[in-house]
Amino acid sequence: MAKAKTNTEDYLRMYRQMVRIRTFEDNANQLYLSAKMPGLTHMYSGEEAVAVGICEALTDDDRITSTHRGHGHCVAKGAEFKAMFCELLGKAEGYCRGKGGSMHIADQSHGNLGANAIVGGSMGIATGSALRAKLQGADDVTVCFFGDGATAQGLMYEVMNMAALWSLPVIYACENNGYSEYTKTEEIAAGSITARAEAFGIEAHQIDGQDVLAVNDLTRKLVARARRGEGPFFMELMTYRYHGHHVGDINREYYRSKAEEKEWKENRDPIIRFRAHLVSEGIATEDELDAMNAEVERDAAEAVAYAEAAPYPDASEVDQHVFAA
Amino acid sequence: MMREITLSQAVNEAIAEEMRRDASVFLMGEDVAEAGTPFKVLSGLVEEFGTDRVIDTPISEPGFVGLAVGAAMTGARPIVDLMFGDFIYLVMDQLCNQAAKQHYMSGGKLTVPMVLRTNMGATRRSAAQHSQSLQALVAHIPGLKVAMPSSAYEAKGLMKTAIRDNNPVVIFEDKLMYQDRAPVPEEEYLIPFGVANVQRKGTDITLIGTSSMVQVALSAAEILAAEGISAEVIDPRTIVPLDEATLLNSVKKTSRAIVIDEGHQSYGVTAEIASRLNEKAFYHLDAPVLRMGAMDVPVPFSPALEDLTVPTPEQVAANARKLCAGEMIHAA
Ligand SMILES: Cc1ncc(C[n+]2csc(CCOP(=O)(O)OP(=O)(O)O)c2C)c(N)n1
Ligand SMILES: [Mg+2]
Repeated sequence: MAKAKTNTEDYLRMYRQMVRIRTFEDNANQLYLSAKMPGLTHMYSGEEAVAVGICEALTDDDRITSTHRGHGHCVAKGAEFKAMFCELLGKAEGYCRGKGGSMHIADQSHGNLGANAIVGGSMGIATGSALRAKLQGADDVTVCFFGDGATAQGLMYEVMNMAALWSLPVIYACENNGYSEYTKTEEIAAGSITARAEAFGIEAHQIDGQDVLAVNDLTRKLVARARRGEGPFFMELMTYRYHGHHVGDINREYYRSKAEEKEWKENRDPIIRFRAHLVSEGIATEDELDAMNAEVERDAAEAVAYAEAAPYPDASEVDQHVFAA
Repeated sequence: MMREITLSQAVNEAIAEEMRRDASVFLMGEDVAEAGTPFKVLSGLVEEFGTDRVIDTPISEPGFVGLAVGAAMTGARPIVDLMFGDFIYLVMDQLCNQAAKQHYMSGGKLTVPMVLRTNMGATRRSAAQHSQSLQALVAHIPGLKVAMPSSAYEAKGLMKTAIRDNNPVVIFEDKLMYQDRAPVPEEEYLIPFGVANVQRKGTDITLIGTSSMVQVALSAAEILAAEGISAEVIDPRTIVPLDEATLLNSVKKTSRAIVIDEGHQSYGVTAEIASRLNEKAFYHLDAPVLRMGAMDVPVPFSPALEDLTVPTPEQVAANARKLCAGEMIHAA
């Protein structure tokens, strides 16, 4: 574990946020398996240290753009369970009033500009948000989350070029989980990912995405520099998704071995690793952490029950929000 | 008894047969090879034809559609798989500025014999960026042919014709219909473009539906039959080229028509067909031709809202009833 912070409260919040993401996903998966959730969803489990390490380095004024695998970003940027589960079930009290669902879930009030169902689709939005910050003299930073597969989109190269030309306060956070749907990304991506950013003169870092302190430490430094006009930056975070591409992707041995999954889950799990660190450093006891886990689980169960009982949007909402007033 | 296969199997068979017949046909797209697409439509093709002819691409839609255009212009017959119809927006330049216009711009010297197969259709709880029916967008562009199969039978015959066509063809499959079965002959057959199919004979009103809206129209016709209203149901099968003659003949006979398509109602496929009927069968009409499309809203996620956005048999029957009763209706 990289040593980044000494503040006990910050450490415990990071742990808690990672557990909240994992717990949210376990419940979402359960909702899918019990046929209570409409549609499909992409689980973030396994990648918690990326979203939490990064978002814990941001303020509420900083923005993020998220992806189809967006529950983790949403939680990490400050969202509450109730409105998230309501959104997942298409209920009126969801963050998007049930109009977005899993693939568009976001708590906009905490600077989340939305999850996106178009791979690479948010790269322009994130970079545009950074352009606005620069033009208006604001010091907020925008983090653009995207997957390794999204680096194949041409849009990325267009916006990185402009971000570099104009020194925009944007951080491109590539969550490299090794796969684009059912294909190993190394089979469909030539060359190095960080070199793509470096070609534009963008400082790029490859980092262990399962180490929340390392991610947090690096992000803090880059955010501080981006606020001073030294951006953009690029981070390639090496991580892994535990579930299939989406909840319905159960039989996946044809593209990914069980042994590989086991190795990541047992030996590189971001929560287990951080927990061991907290205990060995005397920051928390096993009992205290167990109590925290239990509390998060209770919160989630309560929020799920709430969402299940919550009303659907009224039919009159169907043509609301097509245009802004 | 003729065997029944799914729409998914029908597409698979059509592509396999054409790939066996013509070595210049190849397939590319995201997760088309080992995964056989997320809908498993192309399963097994890579085993037979290998990774040289069934090519997994990066997530670079404009890039690989551009490659298909170039390959098509120089002697290959690519079939490009666009995983969701919603991604058409990403490839519009390659499709509409490049593929659609080469033949014309070159004074007939260049051709672009490619197929873009993609999908459409809401009510899968996939929200606004994975549920659209965007056939009107491409049907608007001269130089592109547009096929909309309404069953496994159509899917196979139209796909084979598309692959042999010397023009860029866009095929929209309804993703909710992949597991629907229909009788499909073992023997080879093709369905020519621009030939509508009269699915049900009737005398009081013509229901023209595309893709899954043919099912909606047929169900509506059942409801109406029970009330003594005889509806004729027609599937144009391709919207470019459009078999105007069959549609006009029917409307001249019934004197009333509803056009149903799952694209947004405004500025859509329904408007185009209705307008042609008004222009060319005006003096035969006893009522305005109605359009029924998807509501003019991005497709909402919530089931409570999403189901309100697409035409249903009950709504079609209700409109047909009013038209036949001579009540004025405003479609919007
Ligand atoms: C433009 C576009 N193309 C294809 C898809 C279908 N799709 C959804 S997720 C995905 C893979 C994305 O891989 P990656 O960016 O690595 O993200 P991950 O799922 O691994 O988190 C694909 C191809 C899409 N949603 N949008
Ligand atoms: Mg990935």
